[in-house]
Amino acid sequence: MPGPVQSIQRGAAILRLLARSSGKLGVGEIATSLGLPRGTAHGLLRTLQLVGFVEQDSATGKYQLGAALLHLGTSYLDVNELRSRAINWADALAARSCESVKIGTVLDGQVLVVHHVFRPDDTLQTLDVGSLMPMHATALGKVLLAFDSGAGAALGNGPLEAFTRRTIVAPKDLTRSLAGIREVGWAAQVEEMTVGEAGIAAPIRGHGGLVVGAIGISGAVERICDAKGQPNTALVTFVRDAARAVSRDLGAARW
Amino acid sequence: MATRYVMSIDQGTTSTRCIIFDQQGRLVSVTQREHRQHFPQPGWVEHDAVEIWRNLERIAPEALRQAGVGLEQVAAIGIANQRETTLVWDRHTGVPLRRAIVWQDTRTTALVDELAARPEASMVQKRCGLPLATYFSAPRIRWLLDEVPGLRERAERGEVLFGTMESWLIWNLTGGPDGGLHLTDVTNASRTLLMDLTTLEWDDDLLDFFGVPRAMLPQIRPSTETYGVARTVLPGVRIGAALGDQQAALFGQTCFAPGEAKCTYGTGGFLLLNTGKDPVRSTHGLLTTVGYQVGAEPAVYALEAPIAVTGALVQWFRDGLGLINSAPEIETLAKTVDDNGGCYIVPAFAGLFAPHWRSEARGVIVGLTSYITKGHLARAVLEATAWQTREVVDAMNADSGLALRGLKVDGGMTADNLLMQCIADVLDVPVVRPMVAETVSLGAAYAAGLAVGYWPDLEGLRRNWHRAAQWLPAMDPARRESEYDNWRRAVERTFGWLQPRR
Repeated sequence: MPGPVQSIQRGAAILRLLARSSGKLGVGEIATSLGLPRGTAHGLLRTLQLVGFVEQDSATGKYQLGAALLHLGTSYLDVNELRSRAINWADALAARSCESVKIGTVLDGQVLVVHHVFRPDDTLQTLDVGSLMPMHATALGKVLLAFDSGAGAALGNGPLEAFTRRTIVAPKDLTRSLAGIREVGWAAQVEEMTVGEAGIAAPIRGHGGLVVGAIGISGAVERICDAKGQPNTALVTFVRDAARAVSRDLGAARW
Repeated sequence: MATRYVMSIDQGTTSTRCIIFDQQGRLVSVTQREHRQHFPQPGWVEHDAVEIWRNLERIAPEALRQAGVGLEQVAAIGIANQRETTLVWDRHTGVPLRRAIVWQDTRTTALVDELAARPEASMVQKRCGLPLATYFSAPRIRWLLDEVPGLRERAERGEVLFGTMESWLIWNLTGGPDGGLHLTDVTNASRTLLMDLTTLEWDDDLLDFFGVPRAMLPQIRPSTETYGVARTVLPGVRIGAALGDQQAALFGQTCFAPGEAKCTYGTGGFLLLNTGKDPVRSTHGLLTTVGYQVGAEPAVYALEAPIAVTGALVQWFRDGLGLINSAPEIETLAKTVDDNGGCYIVPAFAGLFAPHWRSEARGVIVGLTSYITKGHLARAVLEATAWQTREVVDAMNADSGLALRGLKVDGGMTADNLLMQCIADVLDVPVVRPMVAETVSLGAAYAAGLAVGYWPDLEGLRRNWHRAAQWLPAMDPARRESEYDNWRRAVERTFGWLQPRR
């Protein structure tokens, strides 16, 4: 077994020091307290700031514990609780869009369907709760990949499975697509999973804005997309509104 | 013309909610506020009616704000309420004389025993359709009249008013001491033990039997009718409906035809079956009640099976045992195992309601072995709700002579897929959840919208109903039978636990 990693030990010491001190600390005070060179302390603080574990006061340049750290122990959200909290808004989305609604979370590099509302036309449909879908070929999956940095790890670096000729298979194309999704705040797939079908999805955020799942609609491409093959803007708005409403209920203040 | 909406007020046991619906019956905004539960003595449960009114004053405008809807866009208000909860207040000051006595409260046990011993007691169920039990309002009114000094005299002079929660809210909304309307609807009145089920009027013999002065009672009105206009909180908006919460859910599930049934799973469970224009008298432990009355049309009746403890068992698992952090996690825990491991929980926390009506029963956990884990217990918790549903469905089939072909479900527990599958399995019929799980609120909104012409007729409402999810039975019949047999044996073990005081 390898020995302890020094930089993590030092990072932990900085967090303990900040937790103990009542006010904010400057980089010099931290370096002195822990007997570290100033440059080393600064590098560690920058990294901790990057992941949200510490925050820097813009006026004084001093450091304190970050909000992400405070929510670390409570950010886990049970999938059944997610369904329970989202059920009203998922129903409203299905009623408004006249399409079926699914909510997904990440499970071992795939999308786990945790909630499913039938398309409101009273045709025979089967409940898909518990089924798994590929991340890179679904709107739900692409949202989860775009906003959860850990979710992409399981995909690897090689080419991705092609389900149709429109499936994104090259990792660099997927990376570009995900950057676009992060920019606009929602994702679509058009015949990337099944010919003739399309979907739109948006992220569900929990406490502190952490993405805990995705909500989306899917259906026949001619209903989801306009004449030019672009996702219908009214449907995009419905999906994003529903995602925001669930996020608000889950305590994500800013979305 | 600006889009118009309907607002529902659901004054429930733990909270008050306001929901705004659009013309397609879709939910536009929701606000909610919980109120305190007071437990002054074992078996006593009370609510502060003023706190409930203040909550409504806060959440109703909030719901409009959230939806971006102006008062002039609200076509009507519909009210659904916790039933049988009993309040008396001063007509001149608007101040309640005591806290409201909640439907779960059993302080009237001795009084009910005493009343039941009288020779005229057999008249009660014949006249009002309900057994003489602590569950209903009349014994609570009598208890208050006996207990509060001077109350009887003041009630006889009409200075003190009785009402269930819808009466209290309507009275306050329409002006309170300054000309507030004192009325109730047929569904709520049918839960008092004081109304004749066929004439839909307060019955003199029942009033005499319980010793309740007529002067304190509200006027009985149809469930769907423009009662008046709100003068405060939502000034100028018409109040178009009031229904007991379970009847509102029946309405919201659009169970408008005889033979259609719904089950609402909340703290307790309530199965209601529409029986049409004639009341069906139960011989299998069910209640006969009014389902709804649309304007001047004849009332529609229902058979009702209340199950005392469904969601409350999950709450106990969370709060009493601390085995889960939130109610939905019960499903996660239950899924860690494949079956109940031979363990059964019968939640007769305060006796058993339909179809057994055993007030002396108390809960049991049976089949415990060292093999049982918290996962098995979680499964037994969910199965308890499914098997209790099976028992009341069997009773309903026997009373109505019809076999239930499918069950419409609603309420918070319908988010639990494992439970819904389990119910389909043990009933051996499809279980269907509608697009709007908030059927209590939707029913109140539908009824109010109907009163003011926002929706044309019952058929129009039916078209708004859509299936959101369906669970099909997938259990081996032999296993169903042996599990049911185990359940029944577990239930028998709860009987007779509480012994009469010597």
